[in-house]
Amino acid sequence: MTASRALRQLTSKSERSHFGPVMWSEWVKFRTVRGWVIGLLVAAVLCVAFTLVVANGNNQGTCTPNGVCTAGHPFVPTDPGGEAVADSYEFVSQPLTGNGTLTAQVASVSGLISNGPSNQAPSLAHTQPGLEEWAKAGILLTPDTIQGAPYAAIMTTGSHGTRFQYNYTHDQPGTMTNSLPHWLRLTRTGNTLTGYDSANGTTWNQIGSAHLAGLPETVHVGLFATSPVSFKGSSGGEATQATAAFDRITLNGRAGSHGWQARSIGTSAKDYYPTLGAGGYHRSGSTFVLSGSGDIALAVNPLAGGNTASESLWFGLLVALVLLIVVGAMFVTVEYRRGLIRTTFTATPQRGVVLAAKVVVIAAIAFAVGALTAAVGGPLGVHILNANGNFVFPATSLSKVQIVAGSGALLALTSIAALALGTILRTSAAAITTGIVVFVLPYIVSTSSAGAFGTWLFRLSPAAGFSVLGVLPRSALVNAPYTMGNDYYPLAPWAGLAVLCAYTTLAVCIAAVLLRRRDA
Amino acid sequence: MSDATIEVSGLRKRFGSTQALDHMTFTVGPGRITAFVGPNGAGKSTTIRVILGLDAPDQGHALVGGQRYQQLRHPLRHVGALVDADSLQPSRTGRNHLLWMARSQKMTAGRVDEVIDLVGLPSAARRKAGGFSLGMRQRLGIAAAMLGDPPVLILDEPFNGMDPEGIIWIRRFLRSLAAEGRAILVSSHLMGELQDMADHVVVIGRGRVLADATVEDLVARASGDQVLLRTPSLTEATKALKRARAVATVIDTNTLAVSGIGAQRVVEVLGQAGVAFSEVTAQRATLEDVYLQLTGGAAEFQAGGNREAQR
Repeated sequence: MTASRALRQLTSKSERSHFGPVMWSEWVKFRTVRGWVIGLLVAAVLCVAFTLVVANGNNQGTCTPNGVCTAGHPFVPTDPGGEAVADSYEFVSQPLTGNGTLTAQVASVSGLISNGPSNQAPSLAHTQPGLEEWAKAGILLTPDTIQGAPYAAIMTTGSHGTRFQYNYTHDQPGTMTNSLPHWLRLTRTGNTLTGYDSANGTTWNQIGSAHLAGLPETVHVGLFATSPVSFKGSSGGEATQATAAFDRITLNGRAGSHGWQARSIGTSAKDYYPTLGAGGYHRSGSTFVLSGSGDIALAVNPLAGGNTASESLWFGLLVALVLLIVVGAMFVTVEYRRGLIRTTFTATPQRGVVLAAKVVVIAAIAFAVGALTAAVGGPLGVHILNANGNFVFPATSLSKVQIVAGSGALLALTSIAALALGTILRTSAAAITTGIVVFVLPYIVSTSSAGAFGTWLFRLSPAAGFSVLGVLPRSALVNAPYTMGNDYYPLAPWAGLAVLCAYTTLAVCIAAVLLRRRDA
Repeated sequence: MSDATIEVSGLRKRFGSTQALDHMTFTVGPGRITAFVGPNGAGKSTTIRVILGLDAPDQGHALVGGQRYQQLRHPLRHVGALVDADSLQPSRTGRNHLLWMARSQKMTAGRVDEVIDLVGLPSAARRKAGGFSLGMRQRLGIAAAMLGDPPVLILDEPFNGMDPEGIIWIRRFLRSLAAEGRAILVSSHLMGELQDMADHVVVIGRGRVLADATVEDLVARASGDQVLLRTPSLTEATKALKRARAVATVIDTNTLAVSGIGAQRVVEVLGQAGVAFSEVTAQRATLEDVYLQLTGGAAEFQAGGNREAQR
């Protein structure tokens, strides 16, 4: 009640009923200056053109020592949801038909980290001991052993205790610390897979369960081991390997007739994930010893070396941003220059309504330019990137919407701010200069300066608005350098827009106050 | 209160050290043209800007049809104003300039074409306003003022840059609008034009009203009923006039300046006394004379008053 009354007081009745005609009037003003309309078309064309230029400068391929290069990138698996994933591990399994339970004791886990020369493939000949914190060993169930298949697993990790994980992104911490030995159990009941851990093999703690829709009658269940790339030593990362020993293995349920079978999944040269060794398995008595390298998790940069669907847009957007700052500022400063602002305020003495109408008109136009160029330029850029042999992370339809709407919002908010600056400063040169210094420069500086300074500048300045281009998901389950250089933005897209929005709101508020106070 | 009025009461406004308006008070009534005159810096434009809600006064208020300008809904339907004919976006056509104004008042493109015809601009309206002559820009400004068919018109220096034909047109046009009962305020420094056209005159100086009267009253007051008399018999004429309680001053060997009685009475007095005369002329002051008389030390106003010219 009070809020709506306050709102009513803010915009008096006559002001609200005025808004439509005034907005129409401002639109007529805008469309009848040919220079502005041409400026926008140029902005749109440049934005798309620069997207293509940026995309075209991006090539990926392999070259033989005698200089023959072929475009292309290593294989990156995708999960059933279309997300790029890492899926490389050593798997010793049996087919299981119907319901069943696999129980095992993890007796020991040890690890190796590659320390060979960086220009050579990781090799077991150059290693040092060390267990990666997200090394994984345990029990895994999957309908299929192809990469990217759905799965559920109960596991012990390098330093994150026991976990129940499924389908690459879901994770439940268990009750066991890293003290070994301890027990793990995975049960299948219909489509429901449940993970347990235990210190003694008699008292079991349920950790989590997963419902894998459409699970076939016969699945693969078994022991696995894998160990992801470590970024502790260098930003490029070192491949690692984990070796796990399992005891007291019992499989209850209808198993296959061929016994345990070992597979090294995703360790071939064509897979993108850097592995240390090919993986291996041996059995001594009742003890199974598995050595595995790789990861079962979301794919991340720099390992995937992938581009994003918004990768090529930044430069075009930056150019469009400059042009829209010019148009947005001039939308009001030319009125001051010509004294036309007096005619405007004579027609509409409610100056706040005039400002609001101009804001809506310029924002709608800028949004259209941004969204349209992102909708056209983005897919064209991805097409060129693919043609040049680059890996492009598959974009979900939500992230496509984010890129298109976000680019529109980025340009809209910036053009509103430029309009407000024009209202505050009243001359084109001052408003455009300030607009570029405040709204364009921070992005250039923050993306070209490494480290904490660049990141904080990005977070705190209007550059944060560019976060709308961040479509690459991070994973809490993968230790990787989530830097801007690797296409990870320091802020979530909508948080970034909120930062930009705060700057724009501040500028608009100052403009509104000055507009009311000053003589026209 | 009629819609066709402007009421300015007790306006004060200071720009830095300059008192631009100093208790400015006057009223513009319906059905007549009110001339608004004064030297540069006297406060004409500032007063008009206050009436139009563009400048905020430090004190006092201005009402149009009994309302503050800011309270008017669709103000162009209440007040038409020509403030600065150069206030145009050069790359926009004249017609589009009127169109955006019309849209803000919920008026149609049809009304735009009507006012274009009204001011005689149809051939030029679809050209860019940047190429308009000053006279064409004035016509466009008047078209803009007429968009809302308003009961009140405020025109700041509408004759600037107009050719003689244009000046005649604007005089006739404003007279016909006044005859329809509208209140019209015209500021100008061309006193001759205003004398022929205006019914009422407000003379201001230093932000204050110096005279507020009908043109006839003001001219008569300044002329002071002076009559010029040419006669070969100065002495007899002087005697006869003195008997009629007139004051006669000798100007040269055959000319007397007579005040105190009108020309008609001078002829009667001389006829009764049998004094011969060759000419009796009632001396009428021009509005320009009145203006110069009232604003006497114009230089004084100009010295502190360049601000308005700079704005």
